[in-house]
Order: sequence, then structure tokens, then C-alpha cells
Amino acid sequence: MDEEMSQARKNGLCRKLKIVCKRRKGRGEALMRTPSQHSLPRAPLSRLLHSNQNISFEMTPSPVSARATGWSPPLPSAEPFRLLSSHRGGTRAIAVLCVHKSHKERAHPAVFSAVGCTGDTVVHTRKPGCDVLDAAFARYHRLLFGAGPWPPPSLSRRLQSKDVLVVSVVTAECNEFPTLKSLENYTLTIDDDQCLLTADTIWGALRGLETFSQLVWTSAEGTFFINKTTIKDFPRFPHRGLLLDTSRHYLPLSSILDTLDVMAYNKLNVFHWHLVDDPSFPYDSITFPELATKGSYNPVTHIYTAQDVKEVIEYARLRGIRVLAEFDTPGHTLSWGSGIPELLTPCYSGSQPSGDFGPVNPILNSTYEFMSSFFLEISSVFPDFYLHLGGDEVDFTCWKSNPDIQAFMKKRGFDDFRQLESFYIQKLLDIVSAYNKGYVVWQEVFDNKVKVRPDTIVQVWRAEKPVTYMQEMELVTKAGFRALLSAPWYLNRITYGPDWKAMYRVEPLDFEGSLEQKALVIGGEACMWGEWVDSTNLVPRLWPRGGAVAERLWSSNLTTDLDFAYTRLSHFRCKLLRRGVQAEPIGVGYCEQEFEET
Amino acid sequence: MHHGLAKVHVEMQLKQLLVTITLESECNSFPSMSSDESYTLTVQEPVASLKANKVWGALRGLETFSQLIYQDSYGTFTINEAHIIDSPRFPHRGILIDTSRHYLPIKSILKTLDAMAFNKFNVLHWHIVDDQSFPYQSTTFPELSNKGSYTLSHVYTPNDVSKVIEYARLRGIRVIPEFDTPGHTQSWGKGQKDLLTPCYKGQKQANSAGPINPMLNTTYTFLTMLFKEISKVFPDQLIHLGGDEVEFDCWASNPNIQNFMKKKGFGQDFTKLESFYVQKLLGITASMNKRSIVWQEVFDNNKELQPGTIIQVWKSETYPSELSQVTAYGFSTILSAPWYLDLISYGQDWRKYYSVEPLNFQGSDKQKKLVLGGEACLWGEYVDATNLTPRLWPRASAVGERLWSDKTVTDILDAYDRLSKHRCRMLRRGISAQPLFVGFCD
Repeated sequence: MDEEMSQARKNGLCRKLKIVCKRRKGRGEALMRTPSQHSLPRAPLSRLLHSNQNISFEMTPSPVSARATGWSPPLPSAEPFRLLSSHRGGTRAIAVLCVHKSHKERAHPAVFSAVGCTGDTVVHTRKPGCDVLDAAFARYHRLLFGAGPWPPPSLSRRLQSKDVLVVSVVTAECNEFPTLKSLENYTLTIDDDQCLLTADTIWGALRGLETFSQLVWTSAEGTFFINKTTIKDFPRFPHRGLLLDTSRHYLPLSSILDTLDVMAYNKLNVFHWHLVDDPSFPYDSITFPELATKGSYNPVTHIYTAQDVKEVIEYARLRGIRVLAEFDTPGHTLSWGSGIPELLTPCYSGSQPSGDFGPVNPILNSTYEFMSSFFLEISSVFPDFYLHLGGDEVDFTCWKSNPDIQAFMKKRGFDDFRQLESFYIQKLLDIVSAYNKGYVVWQEVFDNKVKVRPDTIVQVWRAEKPVTYMQEMELVTKAGFRALLSAPWYLNRITYGPDWKAMYRVEPLDFEGSLEQKALVIGGEACMWGEWVDSTNLVPRLWPRGGAVAERLWSSNLTTDLDFAYTRLSHFRCKLLRRGVQAEPIGVGYCEQEFEET
Repeated sequence: MHHGLAKVHVEMQLKQLLVTITLESECNSFPSMSSDESYTLTVQEPVASLKANKVWGALRGLETFSQLIYQDSYGTFTINEAHIIDSPRFPHRGILIDTSRHYLPIKSILKTLDAMAFNKFNVLHWHIVDDQSFPYQSTTFPELSNKGSYTLSHVYTPNDVSKVIEYARLRGIRVIPEFDTPGHTQSWGKGQKDLLTPCYKGQKQANSAGPINPMLNTTYTFLTMLFKEISKVFPDQLIHLGGDEVEFDCWASNPNIQNFMKKKGFGQDFTKLESFYVQKLLGITASMNKRSIVWQEVFDNNKELQPGTIIQVWKSETYPSELSQVTAYGFSTILSAPWYLDLISYGQDWRKYYSVEPLNFQGSDKQKKLVLGGEACLWGEYVDATNLTPRLWPRASAVGERLWSDKTVTDILDAYDRLSKHRCRMLRRGISAQPLFVGFCD
């Protein structure tokens, strides 16, 4: 669109504007990429609405046309709109989002008056708003129309109901956290009579607002347009995550918050926070402050305080994003050892301790006492029902070298170190489930046949071994566990060229298995491991590549056209640039507004 | 160099750095291929001394001096006693940026020049135009960018260009523009009628264009005027004429070209037609007292080039033997093949760049002297201002050291330690250089 627009500008006329004029004379329908609803079967949606939310994804494909895609297409024709929002439980409006005015006025921002953006009587209703929605209205207002300053409303202009976006939510849930079961469906109707966004929950309203914001486009003169459309939309998978690793490199709080913003633009809803690992322990524990003071890169500057963590969780909540905290054990724990003496297994060289340490020591009672206290804190700090307990890549060489461990193995009758690992993990799972938490683990826990609760979620990350990831998905679901897919979506593994295509092409349910098995796939996660990533390169490495995964997890399995995806993703990346996100290019070309060094 | 906290041992204070230029300073001139960049730095209290023959050496010495300063645990600025005699191994140490595939805002280019100076690079190879867009605003042919740029805001005005050149000069960096022809010129065709060869489909003219049309006199009139402007705008003695990846399909489809080939006796050998074009172009730039750099294909197609032409070797498969050949024919050369930084991969690829030995090819000492240096290339297919800096730095630093330091400086572990520190230093200086591996900066 940018290219066409500039071409039009060069030619001294705006083709877009011409279309709009035509439309105003009432000749024919606006050109729409998303056909209106009447032609579409509604079964999939209604089933979604009434299904058990625990497995609230679709089992049969819904028609593509009924759905918005992860990033909406640029639409070529429209008419001016205004926005207003409300939530049901009353019919009153709680906030006016924006008002469109004429071309000329837009060219002079000072006279671009926004009826009721702040001062209109409609805004401050008798009832306080829902904070999630209020914050979202403010956010999208800013995203769409800039920060202002906004002149006082022109009282001479009357708001008409068709000029405002009315947001209607069935159940408010305003002060709650999003969960795996949260409904995210919404319906957006833009026609001659109304601009209406309806959703069952505020989380759905958030997704709808995002779609709405992506449908708005600007003419060469600066007029905002939106096309007539009806969109009934809902996610294919309820768990659409992004993993960030803050141990290999510390990420400043601002990087995390910015990432949450862009996740919302991509309709991702789970921030998997791989907080700690071998290299550093930046989580500032209240119960065990030594963990961070001794285990972080720098106990003053490279830690996440309780306040930071709270801020992340609340920032995420306001965007309908869950925070899934990972405290990976028993491997990947070197940084824990500096703060908690005797937590890690001392490795031996011959008959002497070598001075090195291995995984968490599974034979000491003190280990489990520590884990009980530690996870008690974690369980209360992180409100999400799920915790990620890790369990990947446990290296057995250190355990093998240690005579005490060997004696323990003998006593227990273990002949395989996987049994020892299982022993540890089972105890840990008991501890965590006693705190009424569910848990996610990496696939090794399943591969090593650890006995886990049936509601455990297994995250599949290994591309080839011990089996291909699709075979692994088959095995995990066959055993009745819910599965999360990450293996094909390691964003940290960069290659030359448009590697997003391979990620986009992945079909998560493309494995042998029954419908029941497929129903156990709750979604997936794009992973950005931190070996070579910190705040210098995080954003361009994440976006827009992460968007390919996001669309795969949100949109119908029939949304697979790569050329179409390329066009939309290029357009979306320009939108990200306009929103201040340093998203990298996916091919040659340009955006009207390029990223500028500050 | 005390700052803030006073130290107890006041007698150990370094009070001054005395910079002396011993020969004619070249203060108001531009750096060139023969600029002397050597310097001698002696750090001892109370006055440290930096001596250089020319200002260019003083710049390199100042950079070294700045890198020797560190803060101790009390925050005191500290420098160790040192005596350094330093000079570059190669005179041409470049970074190629591509502003056609993606436009780079001036700020990004200036920032890159800063980082280049931190790494003792001295050539900005500005691949300014290509198929995709023509952002260079020509005063002689304004239509080239009016029609050929992405948008009218995606252009480099004369003012922008002179800003880049002056910013570079102040850092001892030469700006060598590349106007690549006869291929890679799609964007030129939009603003210059009849410049490109019309392609044919069967008997009919198709709606597409190929490389520059080499058989028309108007082509050479245009090129003469354009390069006359470019020669004035860019003060460096060198100019890059491209000449890579010329596709012959379109030429072959065109009956007029075929007639011309017949008339000239080229048969079906289109490399001869390409050489015909390049020779004429080399003649044009030579008449403007410019020395030309071309990509290796020009040499591959025709060994009888104007003496003094510099061949840039970019094809990675057999670059040592290409270096042998080019230098055997007596041409000077610049190596880029192993240093395509746009070709990213997972992990520490800087090690690969660092381990290259540019003179590791078959040839006499005389041949080896013809290697002027090298360039790290960051082509723009997947690079714009969003990811330019972390993709370039510190990976290009590995190339920077290879081209500056002695060939015996090859210890990769030592390089890792120094490079990690250097990347933290670049961060402090506002360059968002990406990490080499796990770890942190203060």
C-alpha cells in the first residue's frame, strides 16, 4: 500500500481517494477482502462459544473468509469513521476513541478536533470503566491518531451512533487475569448503520480492537478510513506464546514491556519468561535474596525486583497476556549455586570433588525444603495457574561422578540416571501441585518417562531427536498429555533470507493421531533464546518473524497462502515501524516511515 | 586522566596528551589510498605523547588512546603506561553499505561512520543505487531519483551527500560511491528514457528492460554527463563502476543488439559486448582523472583492462585463485568474498571472518603487494535501519582487525576477550552492537 500511495502522490492524484468518492456516490459495495458474514457457515464459531474452554480450539477448519488473519490485509476502500466505545451492562458509552475530520484539517493537526476525546460529556459516565478496556482505548487511540495534544471537542458536531465504535462485552471479568480458558472471540461489524465490536470477554474485545486498528488506513491527505466489513474471529489455539530468555543476557524491563506491546499487536497471549538459567539468576527472590545478589550478572543493575515483576504481570494483563514463569531445574541451574550452597551436586574427578557443580542435588532433603519455600514464593508472585518447571537437557556426567549420588542410586535400586531425574521431578511436581498450580515441562520429562499428573502440559522443542517433532507430538498426545509446539519456531536460530516462510508453513496438527489427540494440542510458542540476543538485537530479530508463528497459531489452518502472507506481513511490518517497533525487513522495499536512529 | 575522585597518589596523574603532527598535516585535504595512518603513542606521566606524520595517523592514535583508558573499581579513569608504534597492514579497509535495496536514513550512515572510526576502517563503499531504487539525487538528471527512488523522501540530496563526505573526512574515512552498470540498473530506467535495453519476446518488444543499452551513442553521452557530476560530487580519487552480474538474456532477445554484435564481430559472446561497454565507461572515468574499481566479472570477461583498474573479488568459492589471477595480470585488488556480513548464520560467525588470511593465495611477493585491502559488505536485501547496526557490529570489527593488524595477530581466544570488551565499549558509545555470546556489559 505504501508503494501505491507514494506513486499516487507522485502522479499528483490519489487513486484511493477516487475510490472513496465513487463509493460515496453510492455506486456498489466497497471492495472488501473480508466478505460479510451472511455467506458463511457459522457452525465452527458457535461450537467454539459453547465448547469446554479447556480445549477451546477448533477441530474442523472454519472458512478463511470468516476470520481475520493474524495481521489484517490492507483494504482498498472505505469511508470515514468515528469511534466510541461502551461495554454492556448498561448501554452507555464510556470513552470516545476518536473522531475523523476532513482532509484539510488533518493536514493541520492543531485544528484536527477530536470530539469528546477527553472533554465530551459522554466520556465520563456514572460508572467507572473497566481498567483493561479503558487502558486499551487510550492505547489504541494513541496508536491510531498519535499522542495529541487534542483540542477541545467541537460541540457543534453531533456524534451519531454510526460514527462511533461501540464496544460491547458480555461478561466483564475486568479485574481478573487472562487464563488458558479465556475466550478471545469477537465480532466486528462496520457498515452504514453502525461500528460495533462485540465480544464475550474483555480479552476478546482486546483482540477485536487490535484487528480494528489494523483495518484503519490513512489516505495520502491524512484522512483515516475503514472499510465496511464484518469479521467473526477467534483463535485457533488458546496458547500462543513467546519465550524470552533473561539469563543468557539480561533484558532491561523496557525491552520486556515493549515486547508485550508487540505481542498484543500479533495477538500472542502468553509471555513465557525463561527467567533464570546457568549464566545468571536475575530474579530477585524475597525469600532467598542471595540467589540474585550472588547469581545475577550485577545485583544492582541486572536483576528483576519484585516491583519489576509486578509491572510485567500487570502490563501483560492489560494486554490480555498471561505470564508463564519458568524456573528450570534440575539442569540449567549453575547460577542458583552461588546463592544457595549445597543446592547443586558437586562433581568429582576421581575420588576428589573437582570444584565444578552439576544439576540440582536430588538426594538431599535440604534441596526439597528449599524448593518448597522457593516455589511457595513463585506460586504467589506469578498469578497464572501454570508454572513452567523446565526439566530439559539434564547432563548426567556430574551425577555419575559423585559417589554419594551413586550410593543413593544403589539404595533406591535405580540403574538409570533418568530414574534419578524422575525421582527429583516427581518430588518437585508434588511440591508445586500442592500450591494449586498446573505445570508445563519440556519434552525430556516425558521422554524420560517421569510419572507426571495427567493434566501436565508437555512442550515439544527438539526438532529431530529422539524423534522428529511431529512424531513427538503424536507420542505426547497419545499418552493423553496436552502439548505445546516450539520445535520449528526457534527464532534465535537465524539463517539468511526469508526464514519466516518455513515457520509459517508449519501445520501444528500435521501428525498421525485421532481427533482426540489433536484436541490436546493447546498451541505453541516462538522461542527467542538468549545466547546471541540482548536488547541490542532483540526487536529486529523477533519481529516480524514472530508474526509468522503468531498467525499460524491464531488463524485457520486454511490460511496458508505464502504470497498473500508476504504482502500482509510486509505491510504489517511497516505498521509496526509506525508504532515505533524496530521490526526488520522481510524483503527489498521500503516503508513510508522508516526507522530512525535516535 | 583523573576525573571525579582524586587519587591518593597524585604524582601518578597523567596531565596531558600531547598530539604532534610531524610532517605537513593534510588538515584541509581528504584522506586517500596513500594517506599515512601510522602513529606512535607513548603513555607515561605526566604527559603522554601521540606522534603522527599526518592528521590521519593522529586520528587512529586517538582512537587507540581512547581504548586504552579504563575505569577502575572506584570509577577512576585509568590508563597503563604504554609505548605503541602502530600502522595499518592494508591501506584500504572498507565497509560496503547498500542504500538501494533499502534506503538508509542519513543518521544511520553517520552512525556507521562513527562505528567505522572506532574500528579503524577508512573506506565507506557506498553502493548507492541498484535495481530496486535510485536514491541519489542528481543535479544533472533529477528525474533519476524523482522517478527511480522509492519515494521522494527516500532520496539523498546533494546536501545529504556532502554531509556524509565531510563527516567521513573528519574521521579519516574516504567515501567511494558505486554506480553499478550495466546490470543492476532497473531503477535508472524509470527516469532516463531509452537508457536500458528493451527486451523482446519473439518478434515483439516485451514490456521489460534489461541492462544498459550498450549500442547507443546517447548512452555514452548520458554516462559522460552523469559521471562528470559524480566525479565532482565525490572527491575521492576512486570510483566504483560495478560491472557485476550482467544478465545476457535481454540483450540476446533484442534484434538490434544482435545486429550490433554481428557488425562488431562479437559472434554470440555477450561478454564481449559487456567488455565493449565497460571499456568505454572506463575511458570516460579515466578522462575525468578517476581511478576505477570494478567487480571481478569485468576482469573475468576481459583481462585487457585499463592499467590501474582495481578488481574487487567477491565470489566466495575460489577467491584465493581469483586473487592469484588478478594480481598475476598486474591488477590491484580488494578482497570481499569471505566477508559478506549480510549472509547471517547462527552462532559466532565472526570467528570465520577473523580467521581469513587475505594473502593466503599462490603468488609472488610482488603479487601480494597488489592486495590493497578488503571490505566487509552488508548488502541490503534484508537490512535497513532497523537491523543495520547490530548486524554490522561487532562482526565487522573482526574484519577491521584482520585488515589493520599484523598477520601474526590470530589468537582467537585473545580476540574474543578483546572483542567482547570492544563491543561493550561500542555500547557505551551508543552503537547497539550485538553480543558475541552469553554475558553482559556494565
